[in-house]
Amino acid sequence: MSDTSIISVINLCFGYGRVEALTDVTFDVEKGDYIGLAGPNGAGKTTLVKTILGLSDRFTGAIRLFGQDLKSFDGWGRVGYLSQRVSAFNPLFPATVKEVVGLGLLSQKGFPRRSGRGDAAKIRRSLDLMGISELEERPVSDLSGGQQQRVFLARALVSGPELLILDEPGTALDPQSREGFFEFIKRLNRDEGITVVLITHDTSDIGQYANKLLYLDKKVVFYGSFSDFCRSDEMHRYFGYFSQHLICHQHRTV
Amino acid sequence: MSILYYLNYSFIQRAYLAGSFVAALCAMLGLFLVLRRLSLIGDGLSHVSFGAIALGLFFGVYPFYVAVPSVLIASYFILKLTEKAKMYGDAAIGIVSALSIAGGVILASLSRGFNVDLFSYLFGNILVISDQEVYLSIGLSLSVLLVILLLYGDLFSATFDEEYARVSGIKTARLHLVLTSLTAVTVVLAIKVVGIMLVSALLILPAVSALQMARSFRTAMLIAVASSVISVLVGITLSFSLNLPAGATIVMINGVIFLAALIFKRLR
Repeated sequence: MSDTSIISVINLCFGYGRVEALTDVTFDVEKGDYIGLAGPNGAGKTTLVKTILGLSDRFTGAIRLFGQDLKSFDGWGRVGYLSQRVSAFNPLFPATVKEVVGLGLLSQKGFPRRSGRGDAAKIRRSLDLMGISELEERPVSDLSGGQQQRVFLARALVSGPELLILDEPGTALDPQSREGFFEFIKRLNRDEGITVVLITHDTSDIGQYANKLLYLDKKVVFYGSFSDFCRSDEMHRYFGYFSQHLICHQHRTV
Repeated sequence: MSILYYLNYSFIQRAYLAGSFVAALCAMLGLFLVLRRLSLIGDGLSHVSFGAIALGLFFGVYPFYVAVPSVLIASYFILKLTEKAKMYGDAAIGIVSALSIAGGVILASLSRGFNVDLFSYLFGNILVISDQEVYLSIGLSLSVLLVILLLYGDLFSATFDEEYARVSGIKTARLHLVLTSLTAVTVVLAIKVVGIMLVSALLILPAVSALQMARSFRTAMLIAVASSVISVLVGITLSFSLNLPAGATIVMINGVIFLAALIFKRLR
């Protein structure tokens, strides 16, 4: 683990009952990294991210966030999270865009967590960044899937996080919006210096944006740069020559 | 005759005062419960209070002194049954609720002396609320309201998206326990207003009426509280002037507001 490690995962094991979901997972995410977290269905990608976010404590091994042990970590305002289930919220819930984005500021507040001076400006800035200022008084349930996605990303960004974790953010978007979305995340990483961990099914897609690939299949199969991935014999065995060639070809053409 | 005319009567003053506090409380909590799909917990806990009140009457103890701790323990038991026995919440509520009613019925049959008192708790009558009960209602209501106001952000976040709330550092399991405990105290308070049989109506109806009309959470909270307090004030007034049972009249007014909210939503 180096001084600039944002996430350090050391010998992490996690199981659902007797079924092992993650085995001896070890890796570091450095400041400014853009990590594409890929792998087949059931590889443990979401489980890994949820464990890192403290949503499950039934693990062995160690996890450190910003150098602090996860069990005592209290800097959640430094972490932005966009869940896979953005459209799974209760559609009867009468919350406006402004109210939902404001929830992203609660992690920075002590007890009692109430809106304070300056919150409105932060919310407006985050809405501006996502280009949805005109929606601020609209109920979230009235919006399209793509607009809801942007609202939830605005919520993840409103606290000015240093680490952004996105769980399959492309699922609610059409191909064109998805490309724009990934470009936007790339700009956040490059211009704002936000460290990004993005779960995706699409290994070829993420190769265009991320600087590192973490390929997971219950254990770490590959962790490194895309060029190393393309030269890796192990990935050649995993994907087969043709698939690996396609993924790497698409990556090089950008 | 207006509400101002009825304010000349001290028993009406007490009913308006205690009823308004309990109504506001039920509306605020009810909104969180309905949105968390926990509407029936009020119903289950009111049945628990039936058993607890019967126990109090059986031993000659002021029933509310038995009901408050009993319902709190029952609410904790429901939570633990759901977590530890891997049981759905509604099944856990059903078990605790049925056992409490059964216990209450057995105690009533054993005593043979307090059936009339127990009947008054089943349907409530806020018009005969005593000074002591008014102070108790206002004191407990203010305490619960304070807790809700202090935890407003946490409750809003956890109700909207529990997973995200946890990532924000909110201890959602602890919050759930607090919400259930507040509901337990509120249910006991609301028994005096509408009775055991109708408590859940006071928790559910203002919330669902507000959800028909509101476009933001803050507005939903305001509409729920306003409709709940109005229904109690109008219900008490009608009950006294038309000689109708107070609890049932309050619930019917809530029902009318809900229908009006449905029509409003259709016309919008």
